[in-house]
Amino acid sequence: MAVVAEKQTSKELTEPKVLLELKGVKKYFPIKGGILQRKQGDVKAVENVSLQLFEGESLGVVGESGCGKSTLGRAILGLEELTEGKVYFQDAEIQDLKRKEKLKFVKQMQMIFQDPFASLNPRQRIGHALEEVFTMHTDLSAKEKRSAVLDLLEEVGLKEEHFDKYPHEFSGGQRQRIGIARAIALHPSFVICDEAVSALDVSVQAQVLKLLKTLQQKYNLSYLFISHDLGVVRYFCDRVLVMYLGNTVELATVKDLFENPMHPYTQALLSAIPRPTVNANRKRIRLQGDLPNPANPPSGCPFHTRCPIATDICRAEKPAWVEYSPKHYAACHFAGQPLT
Amino acid sequence: MAEAVPALGAKIKRAKKKESSFLVTTKRLLKNKLAVVGLVIIAIQIALAIFAPLLTFHDPVKQNLKISELPMFSDGHWLGTDNYGRDVWSRVVFGARISLIVGIIAVSLGLFGGIILGLLGGYYQKLDGVIMRIVDLLFSFPGILLAMLIIAILGTSLVNVAIAISIWSIPSCARIVRGSVLSIKEKEYIMAMKSLGASDLRIMVKHILPNATAPIIVFATMRMATAILSTASLSYLGLGAQPPTPEWGAMISQGQAFMWTSPHLTIIPGIAIMLTVFAFNVVGDGLRDAIDPNMDIQ
Repeated sequence: MAVVAEKQTSKELTEPKVLLELKGVKKYFPIKGGILQRKQGDVKAVENVSLQLFEGESLGVVGESGCGKSTLGRAILGLEELTEGKVYFQDAEIQDLKRKEKLKFVKQMQMIFQDPFASLNPRQRIGHALEEVFTMHTDLSAKEKRSAVLDLLEEVGLKEEHFDKYPHEFSGGQRQRIGIARAIALHPSFVICDEAVSALDVSVQAQVLKLLKTLQQKYNLSYLFISHDLGVVRYFCDRVLVMYLGNTVELATVKDLFENPMHPYTQALLSAIPRPTVNANRKRIRLQGDLPNPANPPSGCPFHTRCPIATDICRAEKPAWVEYSPKHYAACHFAGQPLT
Repeated sequence: MAEAVPALGAKIKRAKKKESSFLVTTKRLLKNKLAVVGLVIIAIQIALAIFAPLLTFHDPVKQNLKISELPMFSDGHWLGTDNYGRDVWSRVVFGARISLIVGIIAVSLGLFGGIILGLLGGYYQKLDGVIMRIVDLLFSFPGILLAMLIIAILGTSLVNVAIAISIWSIPSCARIVRGSVLSIKEKEYIMAMKSLGASDLRIMVKHILPNATAPIIVFATMRMATAILSTASLSYLGLGAQPPTPEWGAMISQGQAFMWTSPHLTIIPGIAIMLTVFAFNVVGDGLRDAIDPNMDIQ
């Protein structure tokens, strides 16, 4: 507890420290075809993403399916090899490390997956699944491991009797708690939540989000919170990154982004949030057309094919990533212009 | 002391749970009547193999020309004797031992090789091409010919028969395992283990293999039938057990000269082979139906 308290005070006293930094991260998946499996092109899943993540903050990443949110998360963890770009974690370059050197960082960076059932080995008791984390990274004895796992279970709101159960014997919310327990077992400083609550009921979502918040305060965790649910992001995150077709579109604090969206895509996304008010006077921005093929992205601004205010410059030139107001970045030639 | 009580409780629960998925499979298997018949035959064969010396009253290899070619149900030799006066019952019972042992060795070696190749091929895309071409190469030989080739190189003996059959089993096993690995390695829990920093070996052995056991168990059971049949075939051709070893295939081979005078010399070992192969096949079939791969999703 003493360590935690110390961390919190130091956090209050100093400027937020950069924990994770991405510089020009690109991830292309080659398309292979023909008899010889020659490369015929690339699916541009993540296109030139640069951002900073501070200690103890939650950064939401939102966008439609297929916009590269999950790939970005996996690329950060090194589960996908980067095509280009650099990832710095605590000021150290980590993208090209060998497995052994990487283990140090693996302890610090963890991931919570979307489908808690699919992310647990169906033939492994969850107690053993959690013990395995300690087996891989610590020298604890069998007894110590067991007690560490029991502590973990308690921490995420499960009981000792759950130790010997298989994943299919749990409810969805409980399984996600196990996923969380596994991710925080080694006390990481950074956790990627890849649609961590999307598969859960709304009531269970709230509980799990609450748990994530509690853990964040306790361990000074930073979250990269990948989601397509803007309501959840609004509640949970400090800053939000909007992605479209592998590109970063807008980055701002939650308040700023929801109150003053700069990019037409963000505005369209926000207008799609269902609101619990009857007869509310609001305009719904409907985007026309489908998401373009990421293997053959549009010229210029990737959003111009669906953007209601696109002009010739959007088709010709890719907009720059500009800080329009403090900590509010957007990539649009007409940032801030209202949609008509 | 206070902690001792729940720990004990957990232990009892674990013992109960451990059987559950195994029990479900067993129950389903027991509903399949043909599989039960097969299980009984296998159980009898195992009993015969283990208690062979207690169940027979004559040495299976000791010759006594005075009583050669006794018919069935003769006094003291209820299945008769062969042309050297050896008790057919003793020889069949001791033959069960040989068939089972050779079968088990051949299948275990085959599984061992097949699982390793299948895991490597399925997991490492770069190795896949090479391994699968080797497997294709092995597949292109007719099984018995391949076994004969190997025995020709190693020499005739039961051990070499087991090795030959195991090598012949490797390609099919490797393919089955590879197929399962290919589908399992895309599962999210494998990705989760990678994100936790697990080594490839740990992922393969602790997370992929346990989820691929169902097809492997079915394959092993079916392969036992093939292995026993092949052992008999090779021994019949004179490439396996050498006389006077009481091996079923060898017994048929020796008995066929007396087909017309003493048909039981070929029929009885023939029935033994048939029943065993039948039993392993139906149990394998039953297991395939009983082990539902989606069992855990209920």
